[in-house]
Amino acid sequence: MKKLLSLGLVRGLIWEVFGTALGMGIVTGVRALMGLPPWKEEPAVVFGALLGALLFLYGVGVLDDWQKWARGEETHEPVDESHLGWRRYYSVSLDHKVIGIQYLVLALILMSVGGVFALIFRAELTETGMQFLTPIEYNTLMSLHGMVMIVSILLGVAAFMNYLIPLLIGANDMAFPRLNAFSFWIAVPAGIILLSSMLLGGLDTGWTAYPPLSVRAPMGIQMFLLGVSLAGFSSILGGLNIITTIIRLRTKGMTPFRMPIFVWGALATSLMTLTATQLIGLSFQLVMFERLFGMGFFDPAKGGNPILFQHLFWFYSHPAVYVFVLPGLGMISELLPVFVRKPLFGYRWVAMSSLGIALVGFLVWGHHMYASGMAEYLRVPFMYSTLLVAVPTGVKFFSWVGTIWRGKISFPAPMMFLLAGIVVFLLGGLSGPPNATVSTDLHLHDTYYIVGHFHDTMFGGYIFPFFAAFYYWFPKMTGRRLNEKLGMLHFWLMTPAFFVLSLSMMRIGLLGMRRRIMDYDPAMGFQPYHLAMTIAAFLIALGILVFFINLIWSARKGEIAKGNIWNSRSPEWQVPSPMPMHNYDKPFEVVGEPYDYGLPGSTYVKFQEGE
Amino acid sequence: MKHFVVVAILVIASTFAVHTGLDRLGLLPVQASSQAVAVDHLFALQIWLISSLFSLIVVTLLYSLVVFHRKKGEVGDGAYFVGNSKLEVLWTLVPLFAVLYLAYLGAQSLGETRQIDPSAMQIKVIAGQWYWQFQYPDYNIASTELYLPVDRQVDFQMTSKDVIHSFWVPEFRIKQDILPGQTTELRITPTLIGNYKVLCAELCGASHAYMEGAVYVVSQQDFDAWVAKQQSSVSVDPVLRGEQLVKQYGCGACHSIDGIQKTGPTWKGLYESEVLLADGSKVTADQIYLTESIVNPNAKIAAGFPANVMPSFADVLDQTAVNSIVAYIESLK
Repeated sequence: MKKLLSLGLVRGLIWEVFGTALGMGIVTGVRALMGLPPWKEEPAVVFGALLGALLFLYGVGVLDDWQKWARGEETHEPVDESHLGWRRYYSVSLDHKVIGIQYLVLALILMSVGGVFALIFRAELTETGMQFLTPIEYNTLMSLHGMVMIVSILLGVAAFMNYLIPLLIGANDMAFPRLNAFSFWIAVPAGIILLSSMLLGGLDTGWTAYPPLSVRAPMGIQMFLLGVSLAGFSSILGGLNIITTIIRLRTKGMTPFRMPIFVWGALATSLMTLTATQLIGLSFQLVMFERLFGMGFFDPAKGGNPILFQHLFWFYSHPAVYVFVLPGLGMISELLPVFVRKPLFGYRWVAMSSLGIALVGFLVWGHHMYASGMAEYLRVPFMYSTLLVAVPTGVKFFSWVGTIWRGKISFPAPMMFLLAGIVVFLLGGLSGPPNATVSTDLHLHDTYYIVGHFHDTMFGGYIFPFFAAFYYWFPKMTGRRLNEKLGMLHFWLMTPAFFVLSLSMMRIGLLGMRRRIMDYDPAMGFQPYHLAMTIAAFLIALGILVFFINLIWSARKGEIAKGNIWNSRSPEWQVPSPMPMHNYDKPFEVVGEPYDYGLPGSTYVKFQEGE
Repeated sequence: MKHFVVVAILVIASTFAVHTGLDRLGLLPVQASSQAVAVDHLFALQIWLISSLFSLIVVTLLYSLVVFHRKKGEVGDGAYFVGNSKLEVLWTLVPLFAVLYLAYLGAQSLGETRQIDPSAMQIKVIAGQWYWQFQYPDYNIASTELYLPVDRQVDFQMTSKDVIHSFWVPEFRIKQDILPGQTTELRITPTLIGNYKVLCAELCGASHAYMEGAVYVVSQQDFDAWVAKQQSSVSVDPVLRGEQLVKQYGCGACHSIDGIQKTGPTWKGLYESEVLLADGSKVTADQIYLTESIVNPNAKIAAGFPANVMPSFADVLDQTAVNSIVAYIESLK
């Protein structure tokens, strides 16, 4: 028992349960004192969940050092926790590598949950008619699949940025280690609250939660809105930390254009999370207030406007897709040179294209609203700005092709995932312009075509590159390599199935299959496609199951990774695996270009000699 | 140089092959409105764009993977070159002008779909959870089925009773959201006689998937005949009037009249039967209970059916109309 309580997570969860009960009690008590009927479920549950989340953070201990500072007490610097073994991952740690892995595990858990949701409603869609789900169950699973995956992707992005950025730029840790721990731990109650919406009536709004539907939805929507708002803090504070770290903590000689290219992707992403996430939090909180206090922000009967929500929502949620993909695209640019043994073609152009995408990404949100009934003249300028995104994105593709051209290409598991990522993201990119031009989008909007397009960008820009990163950096994290044969099995189970899935989505979407429907007209003749998609979805799941088996098996029994296994120029591979506690015992200096493979006698970094 | 020539030939061949493949597949539904012509024209151009860019990248990539792969036992690195500024400028500027031109064509295409015919027939569309209602102010009739004369522009003035819906007939291509408290406009000129369906394209709650309505594009003579029939059939008999209202408001989407249980309880044999409620109590389905269930559906929820699904019809139906519907339910005893 004592051993169990020594884990921060367990303490946090106990405090969260206590806080939730306390919050519900407070609301009930206040109502009783005001002479109202004491028990009203919705405000009690919302306030309880909020207080539960705050007390979780207190209980887990992530506020301890700040409390000490406020009292004027001394805090000690982070100590070596490696003697704790696996247990250090269950408590607050200030080590960016531990936090990175904590993020990674939480991201994988949520990815599995979101994936299982998809499998359930995908199975339901195999046949017309309702098989085993009720309408509200279907809508809840469909809505949560979207949002759970989004949170999972944000955490996965944060995981690799946290683990890699200090290593790649030669820093001992992040700029704000305590804030870093806070950013991770707030995501835990956020995830719990988000999933608790299933137990509180579910929701039928999709991940977009448009009012007035979300104002009339079952109470689960409140947990959905609150969970996302809390997860937003994780994103905003994490972004701040990454930007500061990149600007302030680079090692000697690492000028901006000598940074590893992944760092540019992370910088662009973090600029967006820091400045745009507020808008989704705000829009969701306004819906919460509309439900709790009867405020009519989006209610036309009270002078509100439902379109206003969509503007606020998409001002974040469009840049968000670039938040998801820019680190992944950075990953592709980072790892391709290693496996083709050639410099990254046009480094500066690739670096600037990430910032270009981030900048233009802020100006395109209206393309989600061509059919919404917003002011009609706005549609044309948004069409121009949206199509402009194709230019920097094109630069990336051309640069990848230029990088591969005349290389000496080998095909280990990470490379396979990179190549699939490029092709899948290409499909996502090329299926984009018909959504950008208004008249064609008026056909495609809210159909399965969009679902296919979106899954192509997410798999190409996130899933495939991040699996590549797993196979590539897992040895750095654990000191053992992932099994190559299982890696290939994972790849071949997942990749062809994904093409079947996304191309079928686009095919039936063009023919008239709407998105977010639990049943479809048998007369449309879509059953064969739905059957194929269901089989494909289960094959993808099987591939990911193989990946998990590989992960667990290789962490214990995998081949020991000795030295620079990928023959990389990057600094983290010049030191032993797993990474030592304070990263680099001897600081290094950047003396060359990061990707000068094939230039005899050149190195990227030089470690200081002696003490 | 040899490599470039081979790749260029392969890219061009692949472009035509991919384009032909996509073209043969039949990507879009039947073209049934003049607006669809403008939309499909732009689609055709986009398909060329997709075929050529897909071929350019994928063929070059595959060629590299095959030709430049590491042979067994080979060591050492690839050719050393770090970039080419002229190429970068080229593949920034060419796509830039291409997308600007595409946006220009897109604006033109949008303009074509928005051409306004002053003599268009006006139809008021009222959408609600989960029904479509179409009012023809020129003829003073209302229907849940959309009859349209061919080759005449229709000006849909649309509003919602509750949440956001969206009007979409795939064969007409263009769609438009329908908002509460506001009117949105959609103009469509049907060009092909046939039967279609209007689908709600914006998620609108539990039964969103079933929010479909029949659309008939008919000749002018058939349309006139339909209008005449509608105008003459406004009945004084409450049962017949109730039956009409039920059709008009799409109650049948959730309530069957043949004993099958859908989203809501069936009406067959409902009148004066004993209904078990969700809270365990029982009530007789009399005039009072049925009236309450129409104007305030969540007051008493029948056991086994979800709450918060049926909207209130208090603002939609007047007392006579409610009485007519109850009379119709009584007739199904």
